[in-house]
Amino acid sequence: MTPEIFADRVLVWLGPVPITETMITSVATSLLLVIALRGLARAVVRRPASRSAAAGRLTFRFLHELVTETVGRPSPGLEIFAGSLFLFISGAAVFGQLPGVRAPTANLEAASALAALVFLAVPLVGVRARGPLGYIKHYFSPNPLLFPLHVVSELSRTLALALRLFGNMMSGHLIVALVVALTGLIVPVPLMALDLLIGLLQAYIFTILASVYIGAAIRVGEEESREET
Amino acid sequence: MTDHAILALGSIIMAGLTMAIGALGAAFGESRIGAAGMDALARQPDESGAITRNQFVALAMVESTAIFCLVIALVLLFANPFVSAG
Repeated sequence: MTPEIFADRVLVWLGPVPITETMITSVATSLLLVIALRGLARAVVRRPASRSAAAGRLTFRFLHELVTETVGRPSPGLEIFAGSLFLFISGAAVFGQLPGVRAPTANLEAASALAALVFLAVPLVGVRARGPLGYIKHYFSPNPLLFPLHVVSELSRTLALALRLFGNMMSGHLIVALVVALTGLIVPVPLMALDLLIGLLQAYIFTILASVYIGAAIRVGEEESREET
Repeated sequence: MTDHAILALGSIIMAGLTMAIGALGAAFGESRIGAAGMDALARQPDESGAITRNQFVALAMVESTAIFCLVIALVLLFANPFVSAG
């Protein structure tokens, strides 16, 4: 009776390792994305006038402008990271619209893994930009008393990133499932469209927040803007 | 009533209250963001791209509080650690 909201269905056991639904869907999403984007990249090189080449260039320019405007300067490494996050989350939202498929990001572990990537990228980038001492000094920056607040802020924003993505994707899925169970075939279509819109919006939000957090670690001496939540 | 029934009753009532109060706050906040965005758009239509982008970011951040409430309500209903095998 209990719907699988927090649990993950185990499909096969490979010895002691469980292969769950989320693992399969996330790998499938990544593979489909890699195939589609390689096709776009090849089209940009070989047939520069075709529609798929235009789509590839538009995608790239969208991600480039998003990261550059958020960070305030061009940063190619962050573009790759944030662009991959955006493409994966939006690809997962589209993939989750297929019948019988649950979006991989509608799983708490998968969303937490994405948030943990951002959490780990912040000190890595910060140490590379300012050196270990400079980065650690930022924790004590206005006043050493604020050190616990800095730590709590980093932890809570990671938790918020994970829960926001998980909650949005899972609630859309749950609403569609409820309406299908209550009514029938055609009625949930507008709700699915809303679910798709929310999924793409969440991919955008996640990418912007990730680039804000990492961009704040890159910038030296500037104040961290748009913190919290 | 047994302890289990009391716990289940409390969980259900609190799940409803969590969702109601949580959605209330987020709805007020989002309506203010929407009104401010419309105001800014009417004043500066040239900046519509930047305004819309920041408005969506703010909306999603405010909405995340309601989403947290939803997660808590679902934990109370479906994954409650104090109600065994619900």
